[in-house]
Amino acid sequence: MNKILSHSDVISQLSDGMTIGVGGWGARRKPMSLIRAICQSDLKDLTIVSYGGPDVGLLCAHRKVKKLIFGFVSLDMIPLDSHFRQARQNGELEVMELDEGMVQWGLRAAAMKLSFLPTRVGFGTDVLKNNPEIKLITSPYADGEQYVAMPALNLDVALLHVNKSDQKGNTQIFGPDPFFDEMFARAANKTYVSAEEVVETEGLGGKEGAIFNRFERSLVTGVTHAPGGAHPTSCAPNYGFDMEHLKTYSAAAKSFEDYNDKYLNISHTDYIEAVGGETFVNNIPLPQF
Amino acid sequence: MADSISLSEICITAASKAWKDDGELLATGIGLIPRIAAGLAKLTCNPDLMMTDGETFLISKPLPMGKRDASEDLIEGYMSYSRVFENLWGGQRHAMVTPTQIDSFGQTNISCIGDHSNPKVQLLGVRGFPGNFISHRNSIFIPNHSIKTFVEGEVDMVSGMGYNNQHALASKPDIFSVVTNLGVFDFNGPDHQLQLLSIHPGVSIEDIIENTGFNIAIKSDEETTLPSDEELTLIREVLDPMGTRKIIFGE
Repeated sequence: MNKILSHSDVISQLSDGMTIGVGGWGARRKPMSLIRAICQSDLKDLTIVSYGGPDVGLLCAHRKVKKLIFGFVSLDMIPLDSHFRQARQNGELEVMELDEGMVQWGLRAAAMKLSFLPTRVGFGTDVLKNNPEIKLITSPYADGEQYVAMPALNLDVALLHVNKSDQKGNTQIFGPDPFFDEMFARAANKTYVSAEEVVETEGLGGKEGAIFNRFERSLVTGVTHAPGGAHPTSCAPNYGFDMEHLKTYSAAAKSFEDYNDKYLNISHTDYIEAVGGETFVNNIPLPQF
Repeated sequence: MADSISLSEICITAASKAWKDDGELLATGIGLIPRIAAGLAKLTCNPDLMMTDGETFLISKPLPMGKRDASEDLIEGYMSYSRVFENLWGGQRHAMVTPTQIDSFGQTNISCIGDHSNPKVQLLGVRGFPGNFISHRNSIFIPNHSIKTFVEGEVDMVSGMGYNNQHALASKPDIFSVVTNLGVFDFNGPDHQLQLLSIHPGVSIEDIIENTGFNIAIKSDEETTLPSDEELTLIREVLDPMGTRKIIFGE
């Protein structure tokens, strides 16, 4: 079995109007090479589910997003994403704004093939007012408590970035926090991963390596080799986030054409060269919080 | 030493008291002043607190602000984001946060300014506020106490619920302490009204009333307790030796 695909192979398996979940968290371990490939494509009217960072900003800047399902969009050290702000303030997209935990609950419901999961989160806030499609449910037990019925967030596709994979889609995430990538993979009909390193199964490190296998290969449809694929977001322990690039990216909200010409309309290999080369990326220090 | 006490040091010390009686709860201070304050609490009034390195690991000693030699961190446990949710839904956390707006009901906003369907200013999004405020104790730090932060009426997008929540079984949040650049408050006035507990040096009651967009109760107008020599030493030499706190008030 060989699931290796090119960036363009992955894009050819996506279609207009799809609901796409993006793994990672803020400016951390985002599948940016796949996101840039979507930006270069003709795809449109996407619904994006994300713990948002520059993935959301770039897709907004390229008018790919019809609807965003999110709890936040942030670049970590730079608290706000300028492209997302601009799109929101110009009224360019629909939003389903949720608590971070509700996003997880929606993915988990989808992962378990349930239509919803109950929670108290949302009560007393405008999250319920602004999302009238979210219904309430009463406990059938003696307590009779009313809960928010967080609907399943069913994904057509999940896009994730991992440290290592073999050709069969046995992936490994070495960063200390795997975030909610597993839930995205389980909530999706198809999951495509980009990987820093693609190895033979023998190169996965046996039992020690298998501890970092966060979800099983049957969930993975395709694997794209993308060294530096999370740049400018971080990919612990390989590299940190590129603050200088994130500043350039943020400033580009005012005049996007230059940034686009320099970094977007090129292959992933050329992109890595444009931002300083693979050695440079792999030497970006991990951030301290 | 006491002659040169700064506003940031007064706020950090006042904020640290919020965690005094929390036992082993996870103390999460989000932002410079709350984070230094949580560290100070662990080094003074409550050594039992759990605390993270700002990322994935629980540490035994609060970390200094700014660059450090991470090999010196004493790591005692694991706290991925997934585990943070499990912890907070179980009520095992006390966070201190800085909302962009807060109203007389204790409702907080970090989502956007203006109408949510077409915001004038897009901020972060509600983040974890809905889950935090319904699940566990929270305190609040506001560096710019004004009628733009303490707003008249209701906040623009209710992100954290307030004391006006009518939902029967989760009707009241637990907002423990509110520390601002002007004074120290809580929501334990009549019918959960915001009440003044102490005023920082050089601030008048009139300053506070003028800069708050709603009526508050005055429980006490005594001066905020200043940091002790021990607290000043811990802030200046252990928790924030590079003085990152000074940026908050331009000190």
